[in-house]
Amino acid sequence: MKPRHKRLAIAAGIVCAVGVAVALVLNAFQSNLVFFYSPTQVAQHEAPSGRSFRLGGLVQQGTVKRDGVHVDFIVTDTAKSVPVRFEGILPDLFKEGKGVVAQGQLQDGVFVAREVLAKHDENYMPPEAAEALKRAQAGQLANTMAKDAAP
Amino acid sequence: MIPEIGHFALWLALGVALMLSVIPIMGAARGRGDWMAIARPAATLQFVLVAFAFGCLVAAFVGNDFSVLYVATNSNTSLPTHYRVAAVWGGHEGSMLLWLLMLTGWAFAVARFSRHLPAPVLARILSVMGWLSVGFLLFLLLTSNPFDRLANPPLDGRDLNPLLQDPGMVFHPPMLYMGYVGLSVAFSFAVAALIGGNLDTTWARWTRPWTTVAWIFLTIGIAMGSGWAYYELGWGGWWFWDPVENASFMPWLVATALIHSLAVTEKRGSFKSWTVLLAILAFSLSLLGTFLVRSGVLSSVHAFATDPKRGLFILGFLVLVIGASLALYAWRAPSVGLGARFEWVSRETFLLANNVLLMAACGAVLLGTLYPLLLDALGMGKISVGPPYFDTVFVPLMAPLIFLIGVGPLARWKQAELPQLARRLRWAFGAAIVAALLVSWLRGHLGIVSTLGLAMAFWIVAALATDLADRLRPNGIVKTSVLHRARQIPRAMVGMMVAHLGLAVFIFGVTMVKSGEVERDVKMAVGDTTEVLGYTFTFRGVQSLPGPNYRAAQGTIAVTRDGKPVTTLHPEKRNFPVTGAVMTEAAIDAGFTRDLYVSLGEPLDGGTWIVRVYVKPFIDWIWGGCLMMAFGGFLAATDRRYRAKVRQTQAADAKVVA
Repeated sequence: MKPRHKRLAIAAGIVCAVGVAVALVLNAFQSNLVFFYSPTQVAQHEAPSGRSFRLGGLVQQGTVKRDGVHVDFIVTDTAKSVPVRFEGILPDLFKEGKGVVAQGQLQDGVFVAREVLAKHDENYMPPEAAEALKRAQAGQLANTMAKDAAP
Repeated sequence: MIPEIGHFALWLALGVALMLSVIPIMGAARGRGDWMAIARPAATLQFVLVAFAFGCLVAAFVGNDFSVLYVATNSNTSLPTHYRVAAVWGGHEGSMLLWLLMLTGWAFAVARFSRHLPAPVLARILSVMGWLSVGFLLFLLLTSNPFDRLANPPLDGRDLNPLLQDPGMVFHPPMLYMGYVGLSVAFSFAVAALIGGNLDTTWARWTRPWTTVAWIFLTIGIAMGSGWAYYELGWGGWWFWDPVENASFMPWLVATALIHSLAVTEKRGSFKSWTVLLAILAFSLSLLGTFLVRSGVLSSVHAFATDPKRGLFILGFLVLVIGASLALYAWRAPSVGLGARFEWVSRETFLLANNVLLMAACGAVLLGTLYPLLLDALGMGKISVGPPYFDTVFVPLMAPLIFLIGVGPLARWKQAELPQLARRLRWAFGAAIVAALLVSWLRGHLGIVSTLGLAMAFWIVAALATDLADRLRPNGIVKTSVLHRARQIPRAMVGMMVAHLGLAVFIFGVTMVKSGEVERDVKMAVGDTTEVLGYTFTFRGVQSLPGPNYRAAQGTIAVTRDGKPVTTLHPEKRNFPVTGAVMTEAAIDAGFTRDLYVSLGEPLDGGTWIVRVYVKPFIDWIWGGCLMMAFGGFLAATDRRYRAKVRQTQAADAKVVA
C-alpha cells in the first residue's frame, strides 16, 4: 500500500468507528430519555403508559400513608393530583407539603415510582416540581381569565 | 478589618496578574530579557497575595465573623473548627477563591520548577496563566466577592449544609480542584507553544509530568467524591451519572487521552496538533465543569435569572477562553507539521484508537449532560437522561478500549506485526476467558455482562503479565539476574503497568458489585433478624445521643455469620436544629471482599424502623483501583528522565553563565 492509501484507510477506519459510536450513542440516548410530566398533564392523559417518566409537584399534606416498606402519597400541582406508590426508603428531604420528583410508570391510574429523588439542600425546590406548579398556576390563571371574559 | 485586607489583597493580585499577562509575553515577542524576567517574580507575588486573601477568609470563618455575608450563610458557632475551615469552600464565593488559589499555586509551581525552560517559553506560559487568573480575579471581584459585609450582622450563622459536614468535605474539593486547575498548566503550555510556534518533542516532554500530576489529583478527587457519596448519602450507590459527577469525569476522560497522546508526541513526534487540541479541550471541559457545578446552572437553569451578572460573566469567560484558544489553534496548527510516519499496525495506531474511544466516551457523556440543560434553557421542555443511557453507552465503548490496553503496550512503535502480537498474546487471551468463566461458574452467576467484565479485568492482568515476562526474560547477549533486568525497566513503564493494573482492579470491583450486590429494605422491630448473603443482621433498637451541633438517633445492629459475631454496626439519623435538616449516616463494615452497609430509614410505630441492609461484594476495589491508577501516575511523573533533564539543563545553564 502506498502511504497515501494507508492514510486514507486509517481515516476511513476512524470515520467508521466514530460513525458506529455515534449511532450507538444516539440510539441509547433516544431510548433512555426520560420526559417530565406534571400532574395536570397526567390527568389529561398526556403522559405515556408503559414508559418511564418523571412526575413532579408537591407532596399533598396528610396523604402520606405508610405500610411497612410500602408508601402511598399524592403528588399535586395544586390543580390536579396523582396517587403515587413507592416501595423502599424515602430520601431525608421528603416531607409533606414539600416539592418532590418521582420517576416511574403509570399502572391503572397509580404512578408506581421506582425512584424518589433526593436533593442536596432542604431549601431547594426540584426544578421539575417548580415547573409543575408554575404551569398549574398559569393554567388556573388562563381559566379564570376565560371565565371573566365569558359573560 | 481582616476581610477588607483580604479584599484589598485580591485587588493587588489583579494588578500583578495584569502585569504578568502582558509584559512577559511582549518581552518574548520582542526579545527583551528584562521584560521576560518579570514572569517568575510576578507569578510568585500573585500566589502570595491570593494565598493571603484566602488566609483572611479562613480567619473570618475560624473567628466566626458573621458580619461577612459569606461566613454568615455558611458557618455557625457550634460548627467544629475543622469544618469551619472546610466551610470556606462550602459555597460559591469561597470555592471560586479556592479555584483561584489553586490556579495561582500551579503558576507558582511552574515558575519554581521550570527554570530549565528557555526564557521566552516560560514567559509565554506564565503570561497565559496570568490571563486565566485575570479572568478569575475579575469574576471574583465583580460578581462573587467572598468578603462582602452585612450591615446588620446576625448573632449566629446559618450553618454549613449538613451533607458537607464530613471529612470528605475537607479533602475532596481541594483534591478535585487541584486536578481541574492543574489541567490549566497543560493548556498554558499548549497555547504558549502555539503562540511561539515551538511545538516539538521537548514541548511534549515538558508538558507530560505536569499533565500526569494534574491527572493524579483529578483521579483521586473523583474517587474521593465517589467514596463520599457512597457512605454519606446513605443509599449505598457509588456513582450516579449525576451531572455534577459527569462534570468532573469529562475532563478526566480527556486528560487520560491527553496523557497517552503526549506519550506518542514525546517518543515519536507524531500527533502534535491532536495533542495540542486535547490539552485545550481538557482545560475547557474542566472550566465548563467548574461553572456548571458552581454557578447553579445545574440545579436550575433559572439561577441565571437570579443573578444575571454572574451567569453572563461565566458564559462570556467560557466563550472567550474556548473560542480564542480554538481560533488560535485553527490558525497555528496547520504549521505544526505531521511528525514521524507510522505503519498501519503500530503502537501509534493503537494509541490513536485509544484516543478516539476516550473522546467518543467523553462526547457521549457531554451529550447526556448538556442536552437536558440546553432543552430547558430554550424552553423546549424538561427531560432527564438517566443512568441506563450511560451504562448502555459505556460498556460497548470501553470494551474495545480495554482490549487495546492489553495489546498496545506490547506493540512496537512505528511498525508492529499482527501475527506476532497474536502469538504473544494468545495465552493471555485464553487465560482471561477461562478465568472469567471459571469465576462466574464458581459464583453461580453466568451473566453475559458480568462474565465480560471479569474477562476484561483478567485480560488486562494476563496481558500485563505477558509483557512483564517478556521484559524479564534473558535477552541472551549479556547474562544478568532477573532482579537486575527488573530494575532495568524504566520507572515510567512500571507506572503504566501499575495504572493499568489499577484499571483491572477497578473493573473487577465494578463487575462484582454490579452483579453480586444485595440491597434489602426491611421493616425491623427490636430483636428482628434478616439474612443477606449468609450474614444475619439483628436489630437491637435505637437510642438518642447528642452530637456537637446535632442530635442523633443511633441504631444498633449486630451482624453474625454462622452463629459467630462479625461486627456491631451503629447507623445514625442526625437532626441539625440550625438548618432543620435530617441526615442519614450509614454504618459500614468495610472488608477486603465485601462491605456490610446498614442505614436507618424512617421510624414507624412502636420502635420499629425501616432499615437498609446491603451487602456489597468487592466494592472497596473500585476506589483501590483508582488509587492504584493514581500511584501509577505518580511513578510515571517521577521518572528519572524528567529529573535528569532538569539537571542536565541546569548544568548547561551553569556552563553558559560561567
